[in-house]
Amino acid sequence: MSTEAKRPVLEVRNLSVSLPSGADRVHAVEKVSFTVSPGEIVCLVGESGSGKSVIAFTVMGLLAKALKPTSGEILLEGENILAASETRLRQLRCTRMSMIFQEPMTALNPVMTCGEQIDEVLNTHTKLDAAARKAKIIAILARVKLPEPERIYASYPHQLSGGQRQRIMIAMALVLDPVLLIADEPTTALDVTTQAEILKLIAELQDGQGTGVLFITHDFGVVAEIAHRVAVLRWGELVEMGPTEKILSRPEHSYTKMLISSVPSIHPVHRDVRKDGPTVLRTEKLGKTYSGSGFFQKARVVRAAIDVDLDIRRGETLGIVGESGSGKSTVARCIARLIDPSEGKIFLGDTEIATMKASKLRPHRRRVQIVFQDPYRSMNPRITIGESIIEGPMNFGLKRDEAIVRARKLMETVRLDPNSLDRYPHQFSGGQRQRICIARALAMEPELLIADEAVSALDVSVQKQVLELLDEIRVRLNLAVLFITHDLRVAAQICDYVAVMSKGRVVEYGSAEQVFGSPKDDYTKALFAAAPGRNWEFGKFAAA
Amino acid sequence: MIDFIVRRLIAIIPVLTVVAILVFLMLRLTPGDPAAVIAGDNATSDQIADIRTKLGLNEPIWTQFVIWIGNMLQGNFGESFFFKKTVAELIAQRIEPTLALAVCTLIFAVSISVPIGVLAAYRQGSLVDRVVMGFSVVGFSVPGFVIGYCLIYVFAIELGWLPVQGYIRIGVNFWGFLERMILPSLTLSVGFIALISRITRASVLEVLNEDYIRTARAKGLSNRVVLMRHALRNAAVPILTVIGLGIAILIGGAVVTESVFGLPGLGRLTVEAVLSRDFPTIQAVILMFSVVYVVVNLLIDISYTLFDPRIRY
Repeated sequence: MSTEAKRPVLEVRNLSVSLPSGADRVHAVEKVSFTVSPGEIVCLVGESGSGKSVIAFTVMGLLAKALKPTSGEILLEGENILAASETRLRQLRCTRMSMIFQEPMTALNPVMTCGEQIDEVLNTHTKLDAAARKAKIIAILARVKLPEPERIYASYPHQLSGGQRQRIMIAMALVLDPVLLIADEPTTALDVTTQAEILKLIAELQDGQGTGVLFITHDFGVVAEIAHRVAVLRWGELVEMGPTEKILSRPEHSYTKMLISSVPSIHPVHRDVRKDGPTVLRTEKLGKTYSGSGFFQKARVVRAAIDVDLDIRRGETLGIVGESGSGKSTVARCIARLIDPSEGKIFLGDTEIATMKASKLRPHRRRVQIVFQDPYRSMNPRITIGESIIEGPMNFGLKRDEAIVRARKLMETVRLDPNSLDRYPHQFSGGQRQRICIARALAMEPELLIADEAVSALDVSVQKQVLELLDEIRVRLNLAVLFITHDLRVAAQICDYVAVMSKGRVVEYGSAEQVFGSPKDDYTKALFAAAPGRNWEFGKFAAA
Repeated sequence: MIDFIVRRLIAIIPVLTVVAILVFLMLRLTPGDPAAVIAGDNATSDQIADIRTKLGLNEPIWTQFVIWIGNMLQGNFGESFFFKKTVAELIAQRIEPTLALAVCTLIFAVSISVPIGVLAAYRQGSLVDRVVMGFSVVGFSVPGFVIGYCLIYVFAIELGWLPVQGYIRIGVNFWGFLERMILPSLTLSVGFIALISRITRASVLEVLNEDYIRTARAKGLSNRVVLMRHALRNAAVPILTVIGLGIAILIGGAVVTESVFGLPGLGRLTVEAVLSRDFPTIQAVILMFSVVYVVVNLLIDISYTLFDPRIRY
């Protein structure tokens, strides 16, 4: 490789960053060394808490005050950043090193136009006059392939889509041609098709300018797509580093192997589809229209779900797959009657519940239960998990001691210690909390379990365990499961049937094998084509 | 936007109706007879009865109310029982000092409280922060007249820098006006500063945790620019809201402050009118204050759009 001859743009030597006392470990990052060469993309991969973002922020000098680098050097083109003054760091930011972040929705100042925000960079770091700055901004907006740069220049962030905002961030980061770009999970919050475009854009731009990229991600699909070299982190330590192909196909460290094997395959497992179970849920032309109208204004109408026909039999998992805004969560919420559908029918067994009055609906609420996306926010932090679990059944007339017996049994079902019922949510990890949420849902003895992005917030290794648990519970209790996800890999592993939604409509509906094996709809095809790392069979390692 | 303003202006009507009924009833249900006050200490009961008839106080309450509302709707605020002038004239005479006091107080309060609030947020937990927060507790709990007399003692009596009391019209002598405005508006500002600096601190602290602040720092901007351009503008909405609500404090405070500093404004007029049971004047002044309060808060709501482009009515 010719890049190896050049001096690295970034050299991290023996870096340690200490955590404040009282944390679960002493160091956020411990004795980490690696380099990034010009024109190279190095991926830092690890689960949450592995220290990958801490490294990125240390390089930028943007660490929270509680975290302190205790040893080592960070050399940016030979200059030690750890020894640099705050003034020098400010000079380097956005000129020699730039950073883009995970959440394009919140990373831009909502009260300034996009043009102004990029202009700030030029105004701070260059002596260009207003006209030259404007010309340069329009040029970079065109380079990141934003349509109508003039209009975008004058737009506020909330007027743009997530993908467009991330392009603005990239334009801002690269407008002064830095030698190093740090990308902290830049596509995690984006839809898969947008993600594919942004990854392509980053690769193109860095290749053209010879920029070194430090790319932080938890997603091996993204790694396979973009990285030249990969560094795997666990608990602040670098466990393994090497060229992408080698790490993905011949990893040496057992942790790396475990991590890669946890990535769900995009090819669906063969499942015996049974057609004999009674139908638990059926929707007929289900629709939801949101409309806002003003006194003198024209009414705005958003059709979030249109003519959705679905059915789920007992013991089956139906997946609804789609990007944000496709209407998948709207459908789930209509089915659970958390929101009222505007059209169509919902049959729960033989009962039609779409238009049922709230008072009549109450006895049927027990039959549908939901597990939500974010286990950190979907549990009341002030009451014990035991109380959370027994609250529902007691509401429906179960005696307290019977409810507790049930809760203890369920804790065993979700493989948690039944004696920890008197603890609070914050005493559990994310994966454990999601198990508790599942137990809480099961405590109502539902006929239909809705999992709304229930594993999306979890690390892959934990995700795998929770998916296995859900599948096991489905078989054991003969439950019908409605599984909402944006993640095709997850859908491929857990669903018997899959409905692909786009713009409120179901565009493709069939068995998982059929939909994944030979997609017919153009949108479905595009979705698969955009899935990162689709050509990799993760976890099938070559013999070492 | 116009839709919004029209709706909000229409909403003033029920507010004023409720205020009018409450004020009217409260004045008539509390003991004290205006006729007795006007007639003086040596009046006979016949004389008092005469005055009552002349003022229309012998009519049933609801008739009095209808007459009053009817006159108000025609723009006639009635005649003061006590000052022998129309209420409109009285208010016109007395409005300047109060308006001047309110404006000076607002300028003082905002130009002091916002910077110290931002500073306290930026240096959270530091000595500066604790001093500012300590001040805001004290400033909020010490009554206005205590602060007023302390300021008079120090700056007017001991140091002799500023006059003790009184008012000069702005058109007559601008410097004399300004000299006499400083102590009253400082006094009235203290509570306001305490309130706004606290809200500014809380609201800036929240914004400082936002992702776009991190982005701004990653751009290599100086702390000052990050604070003033990125943090403060985003923190503006709650600060403005509190300033709007604080107008009520300002009105209440004006009554006390004007009495302490001998300013011939609406606050003093209110006190005098209450003491002499001058019903038409009290009713008109209170209604006027409620209109001001509602309109100021409407203006504040509209000003949100200047700070946050996402807000559209």
